[in-house]
Amino acid sequence: MTTATRTAPVLRAADVTKVYGGTQALKGVSLDIVAGRTMVLFGENGAGKSTLMKILSAVESPSTGHIELDGRPVAFGNARQAADHGISIIHQELSLCPNLSIQDNLFLGREHTHQGGVLVDRAAQRKLARQVLGRLDESLDPDALVSELRLGQQQLVEIARALLQQARVLIMDEPTSALSAPEVEVLFHVIRELKSAGVAIVYISHHLEEALSIADDVAVLRDGRMVATARAEDVDLPWIVRKMVGREQASLFPAREPALGAAALEVEELSVADPTSPGRLAVDSVSLTLRAGEMVGIYGLMGSGRTELLECLAGRLPVASGVVRLQGRRLTGDIRRRIAAGLALVPEDRQRDGLVQSMTVGQNISLASVSRFVRRVLLDRRAEADAVNSTIAGVTVKTAGADAPIGSLSGGNQQKVVIGKALMTGPRVLLLDEPSRGVDVGAKADVFKMMAQQAHNGLAVLFSTSEAEEALHVPDRLLVLVRGRLVADVHPHEITRDRLMSLADGADTTDEAHHD
Amino acid sequence: MTDTLAKDHETVRAQQRTAAAQARRLKTLDSLFELRAFIALGVLIVVFSLLSDSFLTVDNVITMTRHVAINAILALGMLLVILKGGIDLSVGSTVGLSGVIAGELLQGLHLSPFDVVAYPQVWAVIVICIAVGALVGAVNGILVTRLNVAPFIATLGMLYVARATAMLISNGTTYPDLAGNPSTHNTGFDWLGQGRPLGLPVAVWIMIVLAALVAALLRSTPFGRWLYATGGNERATELSGVPVKRVKMAVYVISGACAAISGLIIASELTSAAPQAGDTFELNAIAAVVIGGAALSGGRGNVRGTLVGAFVIGFLADGLVILGVSTFWQMLIKGAVIIVAVILDQSQQRFRRRRAAASAVAVAAEDAEDDSRNPQRVTSEA
Repeated sequence: MTTATRTAPVLRAADVTKVYGGTQALKGVSLDIVAGRTMVLFGENGAGKSTLMKILSAVESPSTGHIELDGRPVAFGNARQAADHGISIIHQELSLCPNLSIQDNLFLGREHTHQGGVLVDRAAQRKLARQVLGRLDESLDPDALVSELRLGQQQLVEIARALLQQARVLIMDEPTSALSAPEVEVLFHVIRELKSAGVAIVYISHHLEEALSIADDVAVLRDGRMVATARAEDVDLPWIVRKMVGREQASLFPAREPALGAAALEVEELSVADPTSPGRLAVDSVSLTLRAGEMVGIYGLMGSGRTELLECLAGRLPVASGVVRLQGRRLTGDIRRRIAAGLALVPEDRQRDGLVQSMTVGQNISLASVSRFVRRVLLDRRAEADAVNSTIAGVTVKTAGADAPIGSLSGGNQQKVVIGKALMTGPRVLLLDEPSRGVDVGAKADVFKMMAQQAHNGLAVLFSTSEAEEALHVPDRLLVLVRGRLVADVHPHEITRDRLMSLADGADTTDEAHHD
Repeated sequence: MTDTLAKDHETVRAQQRTAAAQARRLKTLDSLFELRAFIALGVLIVVFSLLSDSFLTVDNVITMTRHVAINAILALGMLLVILKGGIDLSVGSTVGLSGVIAGELLQGLHLSPFDVVAYPQVWAVIVICIAVGALVGAVNGILVTRLNVAPFIATLGMLYVARATAMLISNGTTYPDLAGNPSTHNTGFDWLGQGRPLGLPVAVWIMIVLAALVAALLRSTPFGRWLYATGGNERATELSGVPVKRVKMAVYVISGACAAISGLIIASELTSAAPQAGDTFELNAIAAVVIGGAALSGGRGNVRGTLVGAFVIGFLADGLVILGVSTFWQMLIKGAVIIVAVILDQSQQRFRRRRAAASAVAVAAEDAEDDSRNPQRVTSEA
């Protein structure tokens, strides 16, 4: 351990392993968290950061290993128990009830009651809520409904809830992803204040610079393992990136000589309404052309509209305005018709949108093209099995067989199954939303290789990513999407990492985006 | 040196043997779980034959199977709806409605504008009744897929609507005689309920044919695959280009048609049609599907289980009647059986998850060992 700490850790993960189905999210990870310091955890998507946070906060329990609080092993049954012992977590996905007021959310499960303990003492709650919101520089009405708040304000409510619980350890998983620049400043001010009050902070963020600027200690996870820990003053950004990506970075990204064909997908002035807050545009007048044999990347952070853009192209979300053409023909209709026309999507959230957990590997692979195997009325199951087996071999899925349950596969292999399903429909245009999410390094290389191979075979490949390394190395052409707008269309060699990050942060567009 | 190696080797072999034995034991336990409905049926038959001489006679078994068939036909339609992750509460009312319409048509349909009475032939009566059942299902389907009404509420509404329609058509009275009249060429309806080709009641034949059809539909058609997928993960299925709405629509239509067939059989057996027929039959159908191991959340279940479930319910009910157990106790026992079935199902699922997790942890441990031997290796995909 390189963590040079003189004080004993308040919270400690000791040799923690976590297994989900067939996936090993963490492999023997240890981490010391010290009072009054900020520990920033770095790692690519799927490195295991969120899993480790969930284990520290008892949202999940470790498969092996344990957690120590003040040097004593503890096994909290749930997050509530951990919170009662001063360990609070602010999740990446908000965990507020939108139908309740700020006040109700802040005190949910810990309501202050009048003497006698039955009726809720709303006056006392309101006063406390005002105080804590004041600390966050927010003059929100405690009785306002959470659903009426902006995403950034909701994030602050979540933080206020942790403050109210008098956390000794405060875990923040991507707390700034929905915040505007001034809100981030407020948050950092609060973090410094909490630190001086002796609270230990654990912090995860995609914005590496931003995260490093408030770090006292850093730890880097890669592929479920803790690969480095250090004091923040001893390291710099390139060191962190090196540790995150690992030595074999070069072999991760395939070298390509693209042979471009005719335009396969043309998008003109496409706008898509935000499905979660109607009236806002998630995608705003985006135009792009994708040629056969080309591999194009969209770099965008959470909320940039990358998922909405791809889901709209796939027919999942309606077009607000604009035109989409596939091989010169106007593309309309539902998902089924678009798949038939030659466009397939590999969705971002594998578990929710990609796989049917109750079915086998083979049934998942053939799901989108099963009607192809009908002879008269019944399925020709031998023909189906042959096609499934050749797809399994083609996308290099490691499985006991087509009949194995899908849950027995690792994350990377599950992703290959979803890609295999898309490829089996015989697409001309392949869309992939964050194809490397939740996939370990080895499978990541396979996935990129496969995408390059498909482009080589004449498919047009469009994928989104929130990893700068991928954006700079994988595609032939790079688009940068910020708050629904395309702000750059460049050759990835023409842009530096710093320029890319600052573009995607959208520092110059922040204000206007929040007021339109 | 070689000694210790050999010893190590032996230890490893011993460990492997224990692991293999453990795996075998778990597998046996799992198949016992899998066969629990069959086992329950076997136990029922043994216990009842010991307690009563008249239980395991050819005549009685055939009679009981005829009772089972009516519920099984409903349960087959219900199975499809439940596989989708829905529920159909309207089937009992559709049974009544179907019988009433058969009664109305066989008694002669008064077409007042023309002042004539039409006597449709029996085959036409059957087709019309099944079409009416399918129509009730179609309304359920439209409510669920187009108007986004929760299946429980949509079909609960149709439970009342279909029953009320049956009451309105019949004016609340029973059609006393469905035998038809040779002079109007509409005789033969009673064959459905009373015919015995090759010694088995027609209802049993219908059950066998429908079960085979539904089994083929589930196993060997894209529709079957789509249905399991929709019940397992509707979002992912829709994103795969599956016409999820049409699949959902279809299962309600099939369920309605199955209910109409059951209604026809009941009316034919009694050669009379009461508008109250089929009251609460939906509950027996759901019970059969659940005892048969289907998940109410969708995506899991099969025809074999559902049939066994229907037999368990039917044999239990008839067996208790033969033993002279009071109806109150019968209800209590049936309720207990349903609850025990679901508890067993839950523990099977928990058991399977534990089994999967145990093997994954073992793989993880192996991996960690590999890594400690091979510190150079950076990537490892289990």
